[in-house]
Amino acid sequence: MQASDRFNINSQLEHLQAKYVGTGHADLNRFEWAVNIQRDSYASYIGHYPMLAFFAVSENESIGRERYNFMQKMLLPCGMPPEREDD
Amino acid sequence: MDIDNEIAKTQEERRKKEEELASLTSLTFDRDLYGGTDRDAYVTSIPVNDDDDANLDSMDSEVARKLASYTAPKSLLKEMPRGEEDDNSLGFRKPSRIIDREDDYRRRRLNQVISPDRHDAFAAGEKTPDASVRTYADVMREKALQREKEETLRAIAKKKKEEEEAKAEKESSGAAAAAAPVPKRRNRWDQSQDDGTSAAKKAKTTSDWDLPDATPGIGRWDATPTPGRVSDATPSVGRRNRWDETPTPGRLADSDATPAGGVTPGATPAGVTWDATPKGLVTPTPKRQRSRWDETPATMGSATPLPGATPVVPLTPGVTPFGGTDLQTPTPSNFRGPMTPEQYNLLRWEKDIEERNRPLTDEELDAMFPQEGYKILEPPASYVPIRTPARKLLATPTPMGTPLYAIPEENRGQQFDVPKEAPGGLPFMKPEDYQYFGSLLNEENEEELKPEEQKERKIMKLLLKVKNGTPPQRKTALRQLTDKAREFGAGPLFNKILPLLMQPTLEDQERHLLVKVIDRVLYKLDELVRPFVHKILVVIEPLLIDEDYYARVEGREIISNLSKAAGLATMIAAMRPDIDNIDEYVRNTTARAFSVVASALGIPALLPFLKAVCQSKKSWQARHTGIKIVQQIAILIGCAVLPHLKSLVEIIEHGLNDENQKVRTITALSLAALAEAAAPYGIESFDSVLKPLWKGIRSHRGKVLAAFLKAIGFIIPLMDAIYASYYTKEVMVILIREFQSPDEEMKKIVLKVVKQCVSTEGVEADYIRSDILPEFFKNFWVRRMALDRRNYRQLVETTVEMANKVGVADIVGRIVEDLKDESEPYRRMVMETIEKVVANLGASDIDSRLEELLIDGILYAFQEQTSDDANVMLNGFGAVVNSLGQRVKPYLPQICGTIKWRLNNKSAKVRQQAADLISRIAVVMKQCQEEQLMGHLGVVLYEYLGEEYPEVLGSILGALKAIVNVIGMTKMTPPIKDLLPRLTPILKNRHEKVQENCIDLVGRIADRGAEFVPAREWMRICFELLEMLKAHKKGIRRATVNTFGYIAKAIGPQDVLATLLNNLKVQERQNRVCTTVAIAIVAETCSPFTVLPALMNEYRVPELNVQNGVLKSLSFLFEYIGEMGKDYIYAVTPLLEDALMDRDLVHRQTAASAVKHMALGVAGLGCEDALVHLMNYVWPNIFETSPHVINAVMEAIEGMRVALGAAVVLNYCLQGLFHPARKVREVYWKIYNSLYIGAQDALVAAYPTLEDEQQNVYSRPELLMFI
Repeated sequence: MQASDRFNINSQLEHLQAKYVGTGHADLNRFEWAVNIQRDSYASYIGHYPMLAFFAVSENESIGRERYNFMQKMLLPCGMPPEREDD
Repeated sequence: MDIDNEIAKTQEERRKKEEELASLTSLTFDRDLYGGTDRDAYVTSIPVNDDDDANLDSMDSEVARKLASYTAPKSLLKEMPRGEEDDNSLGFRKPSRIIDREDDYRRRRLNQVISPDRHDAFAAGEKTPDASVRTYADVMREKALQREKEETLRAIAKKKKEEEEAKAEKESSGAAAAAAPVPKRRNRWDQSQDDGTSAAKKAKTTSDWDLPDATPGIGRWDATPTPGRVSDATPSVGRRNRWDETPTPGRLADSDATPAGGVTPGATPAGVTWDATPKGLVTPTPKRQRSRWDETPATMGSATPLPGATPVVPLTPGVTPFGGTDLQTPTPSNFRGPMTPEQYNLLRWEKDIEERNRPLTDEELDAMFPQEGYKILEPPASYVPIRTPARKLLATPTPMGTPLYAIPEENRGQQFDVPKEAPGGLPFMKPEDYQYFGSLLNEENEEELKPEEQKERKIMKLLLKVKNGTPPQRKTALRQLTDKAREFGAGPLFNKILPLLMQPTLEDQERHLLVKVIDRVLYKLDELVRPFVHKILVVIEPLLIDEDYYARVEGREIISNLSKAAGLATMIAAMRPDIDNIDEYVRNTTARAFSVVASALGIPALLPFLKAVCQSKKSWQARHTGIKIVQQIAILIGCAVLPHLKSLVEIIEHGLNDENQKVRTITALSLAALAEAAAPYGIESFDSVLKPLWKGIRSHRGKVLAAFLKAIGFIIPLMDAIYASYYTKEVMVILIREFQSPDEEMKKIVLKVVKQCVSTEGVEADYIRSDILPEFFKNFWVRRMALDRRNYRQLVETTVEMANKVGVADIVGRIVEDLKDESEPYRRMVMETIEKVVANLGASDIDSRLEELLIDGILYAFQEQTSDDANVMLNGFGAVVNSLGQRVKPYLPQICGTIKWRLNNKSAKVRQQAADLISRIAVVMKQCQEEQLMGHLGVVLYEYLGEEYPEVLGSILGALKAIVNVIGMTKMTPPIKDLLPRLTPILKNRHEKVQENCIDLVGRIADRGAEFVPAREWMRICFELLEMLKAHKKGIRRATVNTFGYIAKAIGPQDVLATLLNNLKVQERQNRVCTTVAIAIVAETCSPFTVLPALMNEYRVPELNVQNGVLKSLSFLFEYIGEMGKDYIYAVTPLLEDALMDRDLVHRQTAASAVKHMALGVAGLGCEDALVHLMNYVWPNIFETSPHVINAVMEAIEGMRVALGAAVVLNYCLQGLFHPARKVREVYWKIYNSLYIGAQDALVAAYPTLEDEQQNVYSRPELLMFI
């Protein structure tokens, strides 16, 4: 950790990670980041009712169904994690 | 002034509230609800004294809010220099030794011994514990024995006393008869008698007491002087380790274990020494097979200066002048003497003197007197040898049999005072540290040591660095200790740390550091600490009763972490034996420690154990401690007891009828604590104790009654109105009876209970008026009550509470006459009560007669006061006058006459009070339309501006300010144009109070009446003000900066600005900072365009300080003007461009913070083009490492996030998130994270499209939908 990090919110990186799940770090890989992006996106769709309504209209589904689908997709938004090369 | 006070008060209140909230949330109990506590739950560190972080971030963390008036940002004002008195309180104090501020009770911690490690049942699993390990059973058995021993001793002592009394009685009756035959010589009386009786008796008794537990603990740490285990007759050879091998220095010879016999054959007469003392004093550390303990000074008997006599000590590194006896024994005994060199010398002296004054022996006497003509007489039968304890102490046998004077042997190896240069960069050692760290000075070849010893040396080095080292040394050592904790192992670590904590000369700071070490190490060792739990508790528990709040908090944290590491079972096993310890100190600390365990591991977990303890049949001590634990729990966790209130009450309720009085008392106190913690809820849990409590107050007396009353006092406020009234009436009879009690403690409790009862809803005013008031005033409103500080306060509080119920007139009417009492403390008490009552309830109840009496009284009391440090009289006067309002009008001439007369008094104090009084009553005078009177007072005050006492001058200025405030600039006499020139020279005064009041007054005039004074005068004042920017007090600096604003507004910015810009060239940073603030404020008051050209022109001066000052002013300027900045952003952009490209770091830092404020100000106002341009200059700075710079840069980027939107910043970010260089990635992720935390939702639309991989789908098709 750099000296400067002591003074800002990054000073407690672990704590930060625990508190904000979507934050990243230098060792984050593409897959992990993508998962965060997807989950954030779904959370955002669900959180903004007009968005949800928009998707419902365009997919011809009920809003409740859309919400349910999005929530389900949050589980494994990008499929199974890829095999790690190193292990 | 007033506003400041108010702000401070509000802040204080808010802080308190937050603390309360924090205390609610910070506890972890209710495992089942919140999940088990694992290591995450630990408090990871104790952040006191982390010097380096604190001062820096406090500056930046505070959000500068939009300001209601012109003022400098808080961060700036806070950073200003502090006065000397602050420095004193901030670590420039002389380091203080803990022991110096401890009372006798707290010092008893030093009597505790660090017990040997215990068996860890969890680690051992199913195995039967090895015989050499101390198990729980062993400890319990030992404690039982100890108890028994103590009781036997007590019994013996009692019996002896009785016998002696009987004998004395008998002898005194027969004294006359026995007096005649006196056949022996006088000098030897004391011996002959004792030789026969008590010596023989002693021989017998000692063996009886000590044999069983005399066997030393063969366990591993036998150096600790605990009585070993009983069963351990055969030492297990396998367990011998290095502890056994080290020769204990100072040990004389194991064979001479009986101190009375071998060593001092004839030197000390046996009689004096070993006579009747039945207790610890004598315990002659009896013969043991391997009495390694003899030399530990743990017991008084053998502790006497035996080590002292030998300056030549085999093992000690040759440095310590005081015997190295203790080197092995980690527990400093209750005999702290031998520790410090002075003490050591003292002991030598004492011994020497003792030698000379010892009683003469028979042989000596025979040699002195001629053989013939003398007869040896029998001592008279009534003679009793002197038994003063002091004498006995001195009479302890000197083990050495030192001759009268010994020429000290020279030892070249010893250097007494000059500390040897510590090798290998070790920090300085204090003399008392040699004892622990001495061996580090031996420059042995480390490679030759055994690995064990190397490890030990390593630990010692690190500890020494932590204890005495410089902050960086300390930091690295602490980190190493933490990292290697498991490698070092729990045993070696704690065996080095804990004895240090028992060091009697320990200072606060050292203790704090060592405790911190324990905390860190605990965290790492986790379950490995189990065998050491009790040891740790022995040293940590005393912290729980330390008078220093932070020490108590630290102690709690350690114990809480310890219990999380060791688990409930181990904690109970470790502390159970102490619960019925004979020593009250041990029980007290144990109870407190238990309450911490309860709050850490949850009350429900502890309930079964508590229940069992509180019902213990074996000893009342156990019940007492159990109930005390409940009390401590209530005190510690406050309203969090509510879920368990019922069970806690049930556990202790039977204690109200206990046969032991102490148990009854503590039960009542615990109930009080529970009720206090639960207030205002939980009355139903107390149902079962109401009856015994109310019955109890009728049957008990004294202490128990006081405790019962206290419990009732706390329970009544929980009740419903009807019940409260009923129960109050029940208890009131007793309370009124106890009004007369002479006992101070009882008085306090009665007052408190009365207050609680009276404030309860159901208690009617009529009832109080008729039943309580007469007795109350008769018994409590007496002069004596004013003498004790606590009584005083309690009485005032209770009376105010009554007034809230019965009204002002009743109370004030009763005491108003006492304002003329002859005792000043009593008058003060009356005044304070009246002040509070009137301030609470107003004066509308006061009729004209009472009003007259009141004014008369306060005038009398005010004039008669001799010493008033707390301003009670002043405040009282102010409160009464203010609440009477216009009704004071008739009395004002009289009051003003008094004031005028007193302003002319010889005593400075009197003058000051008079001036202060003016500022208190100025508003009321205005209400009464006494403007002429005020004008007159103004002139009088003006004449006194030559006052030489700064305190008085300050008050006079304050009074003038108050008058100016209420009558306005135009009507002021003397006219402002005369007044202000008189104030200019006073601005030079360096006294804080004068400065503050003067600048306030000047600022007020500049604000409201600038036109009355010529511009030239204002410029003169401007120059004076520059000096005041250096003031220590924040209020003065703030007032000064504001005054600049007012003056600039009054006379135009040009001249003021020129002065300020010139001031940027000065060397002092402090001064420059204030100047920049002043410039910014001038710019805000007079519109930026009047200031910006000159300011930007100043940037061309090729001088670092000036340029930085300009940038800083810009930064403040944009902070203050907020969205007004949109008109100026294009003007200053080129300047900022230049600054952001400058080589100098500070330029870039300051420019970045200017950009931040600018961006935040103009967010959403359509200045994006300029901002993006600036962002391009800011961005390359993200790799800076200097903390202030990088901070400013990151904040600028945050500002951009707000102004430009998260998407733009994300696009800057994306280029580096997956950069091949790790260092780069780290920085970019850092920015990404703060971006993410700031605007997570906004990022959703801006994330890049990722291409899918084999089985992973990264696309977000939803966003592509389109209707």
